[in-house]
Amino acid sequence: MNNVIYTIKSNEKLTENVFKMVFEGDTSAVTASGQFINIKIDSLYLRRPISIFDCKENELTIIYKVVGTGTEMMSKMPVGTKLDVLVGLGNGFDTSVSGDNPVVIGGGVGVPPMYYLAKKLIAEGKKVTAILGFNKADEVFGKEDFEAIGCRTIVTTVDGSMGVKGFVTDALKDIDYSYFFTCGPEPMLKALYNASETSGQFSFEERMGCGFGACMGCSCKTKYGNKRICKDGPVLVKEEIIW
Amino acid sequence: MVNTKVNLSGIELDNPLIPASGTFGFGYEFAELYDINILGSFSFKGTTKEPRFGNPTPRIAECYSGMINSVGLQNPGIEKVISEELPKLRECFHKPVVANISGFSLDEYVYCCEKIDKEEQVGIIEVNISCPNVHGGGMSFGTSCESAAEVTKAVKAFTSKPVYIKLSPNVTDIVSIAKACEEAGADGISMINTLMGMRIDLKTKKPVVYNKSGGYSGPAILPVALSMVYKVYEAVNIPIIGMGGISTAENVIEMMLAGATAVEIGAANLIDPFVCKKIIEDLPAVMQKYGINNLKDIIGGAH
Ligand SMILES: Cc1cc2nc3c(=O)[nH]c(=O)nc-3n(C[C@H](O)[C@H](O)[C@H](O)COP(=O)(O)OP(=O)(O)OC[C@H]3O[C@@H](n4cnc5c(N)ncnc54)[C@H](O)[C@@H]3O)c2cc1C
Ligand SMILES: Cc1cc2nc3c(=O)[nH]c(=O)nc-3n(C[C@H](O)[C@H](O)[C@H](O)COP(=O)(O)O)c2cc1C
Ligand code: FES
Repeated sequence: MNNVIYTIKSNEKLTENVFKMVFEGDTSAVTASGQFINIKIDSLYLRRPISIFDCKENELTIIYKVVGTGTEMMSKMPVGTKLDVLVGLGNGFDTSVSGDNPVVIGGGVGVPPMYYLAKKLIAEGKKVTAILGFNKADEVFGKEDFEAIGCRTIVTTVDGSMGVKGFVTDALKDIDYSYFFTCGPEPMLKALYNASETSGQFSFEERMGCGFGACMGCSCKTKYGNKRICKDGPVLVKEEIIW
Repeated sequence: MVNTKVNLSGIELDNPLIPASGTFGFGYEFAELYDINILGSFSFKGTTKEPRFGNPTPRIAECYSGMINSVGLQNPGIEKVISEELPKLRECFHKPVVANISGFSLDEYVYCCEKIDKEEQVGIIEVNISCPNVHGGGMSFGTSCESAAEVTKAVKAFTSKPVYIKLSPNVTDIVSIAKACEEAGADGISMINTLMGMRIDLKTKKPVVYNKSGGYSGPAILPVALSMVYKVYEAVNIPIIGMGGISTAENVIEMMLAGATAVEIGAANLIDPFVCKKIIEDLPAVMQKYGINNLKDIIGGAH
């Protein structure tokens, strides 16, 4: 973990309430996809945890949805704003166990961490399928990004206004895959847990005090003992999860 | 050169900075970031007789200038703390630590204090009496003079280390409780623990934390803590470790002027993991700015 001052390079609206923010600053603390950053916003007490969508040398990108005070404030921040950020938090995904043709499955704002993961998997020479689940067509984002890096990309929408009609599990049953990685709302994660035929990794969310393992605010029980979502997670393997 | 040393019951601290129980774990997360031996001491996570998972999540809610936690004393239990955590801690922290002990009955407090008494690393035992007494209808030990004194007497009989009783602010008269602890043999007072608080989510229309209420702490409670420390300082002759909302070197000085011999830093560590280091670095300049050469001299200076 590093404490870095990031400068906002761009802050662009992707859909009605989803924004993409690019930061300039040191990214050397990022060691795996699936990790997150914790952003301090002036006037708010707790930091805001957001997953890493993409990461290069000296540049980090997030995609966030406006859901409350902090994300609303972020959406109005002009280019050049400086933010105090804790970088490289959490365990992240372990890509070494993915097999040759893994599938990455994101739901809503669970899509962002899947992109950096897919890039890593492709760089390791794997054939990656991405399933991106949304409610309706005008909420869809990220499709072109996944296609551009060479993922076979399937969009699902609950109302059928784009791609496969239904849930991510409806798309999953029609494909072959060696392993899966997922992030999204808990009902989706649970459905995947039951529908999936292989092992996989799940990224979870919890309300956080610190984000780096000090307060025990984010604990959960697993088959491998108590874990802190922020430090021992956010990624848990299928075999250890207790619903 | 200014002097930042203070003395707690015969233990000399290089400076008055002590990270507060529950906000510094057992130190390792911070030891990865900086050499934690610069701290005066630190108070480790509240430990109980049995291992505890704590409360269901969500356990955290944001507040204006502070936060609510309802962690519920998650800890591996006293046996594991002694066999696993303390040996690991010994590698990254070489000064006497403050052992924060909790219990749900007198027996549990005594059990833990007797065990921890044998640990050389432990300089001070800090007894958290904000826990509910399972034999007393669930009322917290810290809410009456009688039960606070009872815990103090009980643990004092089983340890030779200095015992600091950590007071709950959720009481009618904290001064009389502090006096009762002093009369029962406490070597010092630690104060304050968190204030009872709640946030309600407008979307779900339900309390944010699963337990509905939790402990409120952070900068917002500094004035409450100052006022309580100030009053207790006038009433007792034992040292006070002051805490509640401290986030800057200026806050440290303010708390010491109110009557604290040393201070603990809680929630601030969670927001800025380097805050204790920064305060320690800032302290000499801030002392100079206010004409303070020897930090010890200002204890209770506001009276
Ligand atoms: C590991 C992790 C990764 C995340 N990645 C993303 C991401 O890539 N994109 C994205 O849009 N969102 C992500 N989230 C959710 C994001 O943290 C919340 O949407 C955000 O904190 C809301 O802040 P707010 O001030 O707008 O909402 P408010 O409701 O005003 O916030 C109040 C408090 O609740 C907390 N909170 C509210 N919702 C959540 C939540 N879902 N999870 C955790 N804390 C919450 C806030 O952090 C704050 O402390 C992630 C959460 C976690 C834990
Ligand atoms: C997340 C969290 C966990 C805490 N756990 C404990 C604990 O285990 N034992 C204890 O005596 N106090 C505990 N406290 C209380 C703090 O030690 C301190 O008394 C209080 O938070 C006030 O200081 P602050 O305003 O600087 O946070 C906890 C506080 C927080 C925020
Ligand atoms: S949020 Fe503090 S331990 Fe996870």
